[in-house]
Amino acid sequence: MSGGPVLILGGRSDIGLAAARRFAAAGHPIQLAARNAESLQAARTDIEIRYGVPVTLHEFDALDTGSHARFVDSLNILPNIAVCAVGVLGDQKEGERECTSAILVMRSNYEGPVAILSELANRFETRGSGTLVGISSVAGERGRASNYIYGSAKAGFSAFLSGLRNRLSGSGVHVVTVLPGFVATRMTEGMDLPPRLTAQPEDVAAAILRAVEKQKNVVYVRPVWRLVMAVIRNIPEPIFRRMRI
Amino acid sequence: MPRMTMLSGWGRFPKLHCKVSRPRTEADLRNLLAEGSLIARGNGRAYGDSALNTRATADMRQFNHMLAFDAETGQLTAEAGVMLGDVIAAFLPRGWFPPVTPGTQFVTLGGMIAADVHGKNHHRHGSFGNFVDWIDVMQADGEILRCSPDDNRDLFEWTIGGMGLTGIILRAAFRLSRVETGWVKQTVIPTADLESTMTAFEAAQDATYSVAWIDCLSSGTRLGRSLLLLGEHASRGELSAAAQANPFAILNRRKLAIAFDMPSILHAVPLARAFNALHHWRGAAGTRSRLVDWYRYFYPLDAIPGWNRLYGREGLIQFQCVLPLDRSRQGLHVLLGAIAASRQAPLLAVLKRMGRQDSRFSFPMEGYTLALDFPATPAVLELLKRLDRIAIEHGGRFYLAKDSRMAAATFRASEPRLPEFLAMRAEKGRAQAFASAQSERLGL
Ligand SMILES: Cc1cc2nc3c(=O)[nH]c(=O)nc-3n(C[C@H](O)[C@H](O)[C@H](O)COP(=O)(O)OP(=O)(O)OC[C@H]3O[C@@H](n4cnc5c(N)ncnc54)[C@H](O)[C@@H]3O)c2cc1C
Ligand SMILES: NC(=O)c1ccc[n+]([C@@H]2O[C@H](COP(=O)([O-])OP(=O)(O)OC[C@H]3O[C@@H](n4cnc5c(N)ncnc54)[C@H](OP(=O)(O)O)[C@@H]3O)[C@@H](O)[C@H]2O)c1
Repeated sequence: MSGGPVLILGGRSDIGLAAARRFAAAGHPIQLAARNAESLQAARTDIEIRYGVPVTLHEFDALDTGSHARFVDSLNILPNIAVCAVGVLGDQKEGERECTSAILVMRSNYEGPVAILSELANRFETRGSGTLVGISSVAGERGRASNYIYGSAKAGFSAFLSGLRNRLSGSGVHVVTVLPGFVATRMTEGMDLPPRLTAQPEDVAAAILRAVEKQKNVVYVRPVWRLVMAVIRNIPEPIFRRMRI
Repeated sequence: MPRMTMLSGWGRFPKLHCKVSRPRTEADLRNLLAEGSLIARGNGRAYGDSALNTRATADMRQFNHMLAFDAETGQLTAEAGVMLGDVIAAFLPRGWFPPVTPGTQFVTLGGMIAADVHGKNHHRHGSFGNFVDWIDVMQADGEILRCSPDDNRDLFEWTIGGMGLTGIILRAAFRLSRVETGWVKQTVIPTADLESTMTAFEAAQDATYSVAWIDCLSSGTRLGRSLLLLGEHASRGELSAAAQANPFAILNRRKLAIAFDMPSILHAVPLARAFNALHHWRGAAGTRSRLVDWYRYFYPLDAIPGWNRLYGREGLIQFQCVLPLDRSRQGLHVLLGAIAASRQAPLLAVLKRMGRQDSRFSFPMEGYTLALDFPATPAVLELLKRLDRIAIEHGGRFYLAKDSRMAAATFRASEPRLPEFLAMRAEKGRAQAFASAQSERLGL
């Protein structure tokens, strides 16, 4: 497959960069959008050398929602595919004490991603084509004591993606929801993740490419997560309430 | 954020609890150095404890950017954590191949330089270090030195083959080689005994690639019976019409995991029987050559992910020594004799003629290198001590990238270059800053 440009929002993210490589390998030009985009020069050169596709860097802050329309205008060309890898895990305990910290998590996982994808959705809709990929999380499937601030923002984001897909059905624009479980990235660095349940960024990237090609709606990255989350979703609340998972 | 992790080399012996960090920037590395001694780790394909340090192991795989490529000269500049397999994936389609490759593509550039790896073309092209133009090495104080034959020459020469003990390799420039296709013309020559194997090797000095699989169960008059495999990069004209259309592609990649060459056959059934069958078959077929794609030719073992686990719990030991040319015939005789007498059959036994090499601390020298895979049982460990002695008696030395169990005294006896290596280590705080479980075991 070779095709139009792919925009990676959160272009420094480990998952986002892995996706960039995957799409580049399939022949797509890449647009990396991130804060402090200049610092992505090495990533840019690397992708250009490996895959021989052009890569451009774009300054982008998901929280600066007022700038989003200008940001999209400033792209050399409106992308065919946009992948939103923006996210902040935050510290749950700190979020419980400090609402500014919780708010940053909410805005970074919900407000920012929703704002930029809405902007792109309208442009894609006008054009009548395109694919939007939102990286949400299994954490949004049910609120748990250990990470419900992050989880609730991801729940909101998942609901947004589902609604957007519904709205754009028939418009030529497709929306993919990606629900990774644990992924070994900068975000989870130093955490004790169960190896069997943990994916590599490259696995997520492969799942994204497949989902885009096959126009899938909701993808889990490791199939076992679909099962794990089905169980977790179905535990009755009186029992769930007392569980520590 | 470092984590305690159970870590080992490819042989899964020994296993040590190590504090592992995944640095991403030079500043991360400086912070680590400030905390105490560390060892850089690539993709962990050294068999033993070369890339283990219980206090601090720095996983270099986040340094994985390709930085520049010169399409005229084939010079690639890349960070140390870039994988050889990624280099092939990016450049073989453009007609470039690594000038030297080990038997697996899952190694990093840093690991290839630090072990100064050799391939089946050592007798013609030497080791990987021959193709390295410069290296950036971080020293104990955090300073980064660009080393080349022109600048910081000593550090350049020590770092190639220095097993991570001269500093942290950050990036390097090396030259790829031109190839017309991704295919290799392979010729298989069955030989009856050690004498004829070595004669065949000497007669094949012009072949680009050469390596022999030895049947270690044969003894007596058949001692050293082998299959000698020669290879040449195929030209476009030698390919079938179908392959010519896409000369760098692998046909039937899907079948790779199943249709698998010699090593799997050797593992799957008793070695002797398989070997005999192949030997006869090849003998009957004569020494015909056939085309093999690069993946099957260079990396047959890579088709089975995690094959090192097949050897069971105790793990896997590889013994690899090289004997100087004038002592090779006699030394190999004694080595193979000792193996046959011990009834500890190696799972894999590979012989290779090496060409001239004169380096500070690298493994290769002109002569014959023998590599043997064993399960890490107590009986095998005893046998290996005997093999150590035989190798030393014949002027041989040992490959650190394969070692997991040698005694310090053994290594010292094999290595006249050690005092100079230690003097280099004593400079600029290197011995305090860079240490592996292996360097501590061997007193490097
Ligand atoms: C199946 C198989 C076949 C093999 N065949 C061959 C062969 O044919 N020829 C051959 O020569 N070798 C062979 N090897 C050995 C292998 O090529 C070497 O051990 C190589 O060093 C492994 O690279 P790595 O990136 O995995 O390094 P590691 O195993 O992680 O480390 C090896 C050494 O390199 C050092 N190192 C790694 N990265 C850096 C860095 N950035 N800076 C400084 N030091 C660093 C480590 O400290 C350590 O001393 C084989 C290994 C396997 C598993
Ligand atoms: N890792 C996991 O286990 C896991 C599991 C499920 C879902 N996810 C989701 O996967 C996505 C990618 O995460 P990752 O694992 O690759 O971790 P990551 O490397 O930390 O990536 C997150 C990225 O989001 C960017 N970002 C945060 N706020 C931003 C803002 N205001 N504007 C622009 N960019 C911003 C960060 O940019 P900076 O570099 O500038 O800070 C960072 O590059 C996230 O949405 C995450 O929630 C991850």
